[in-house]
Amino acid sequence: MIEGRLRVPGSVKAGEPFEVRVLILHPMENGFRHEADGREIPMHIVNRVACTYGGREVFSVDLGTGISANPYLVFFVRAGQAGELKVEWVDDKGERGSARALVNVA
Amino acid sequence: MKRRHFVVSLMLPFAARAQGFSSPADPAKWIAEITGGSTPEKTGIEIEMPQIAENGNAVPLHIRVASPMTSGDHVKAIHVFAERNPRPRVATFHLGPDAGRADITTRVRLGGTQNVTVLAELSGGRWRVAAQNVLVTTGACLDEGSL
Repeated sequence: MIEGRLRVPGSVKAGEPFEVRVLILHPMENGFRHEADGREIPMHIVNRVACTYGGREVFSVDLGTGISANPYLVFFVRAGQAGELKVEWVDDKGERGSARALVNVA
Repeated sequence: MKRRHFVVSLMLPFAARAQGFSSPADPAKWIAEITGGSTPEKTGIEIEMPQIAENGNAVPLHIRVASPMTSGDHVKAIHVFAERNPRPRVATFHLGPDAGRADITTRVRLGGTQNVTVLAELSGGRWRVAAQNVLVTTGACLDEGSL
């Protein structure tokens, strides 16, 4: 499982965009680096991150090797009512990870 | 470090350069490929990046596209292109009215001093483009502290 962290505000206003912060712990090997003995380190990256709110996809990213190690993403989501926000990620080896948070709407 | 390894590590930047650092990819070609030939407006995108990045491995990137983000008028996608990276397509963000705001922050790798181009796809088949130059003193991608 690929570890990661998710932060959302404790409480949001209905219909008002709120900030979502995601940090994924992944080397994002770009395939251009080498071991000390000259062996190539193969490409190994998280290539997709998707965010759903109440089961509906609201935001996603296709990532390339140009995204830094330990991908950090900040984006916005708007919610009309309380619900579960879930962020899922997958790398090019098919390994996955996810994080979820409950969003309270004031 | 063994002498042989040291020599190899010295040669790597040149090997990487031979793979395409010296000839930047053409953003106009990339834009045409994605838009299918439409000419994007050069307005309504704000790119926040440092003008000088000491370390190309993690350059903060903040993109804001002016949009009401309603069902009838919103940003559908934001594409990021780094013309001097060995793989210039950095990322594509997909969003819609449920995002509420077309405002994205991340950290990118830059292989050297270059223009970073941002292309936004709006509802109704409209496009916008913006670019910003970043001077990179230590490029990403190579060995020696690439992380």
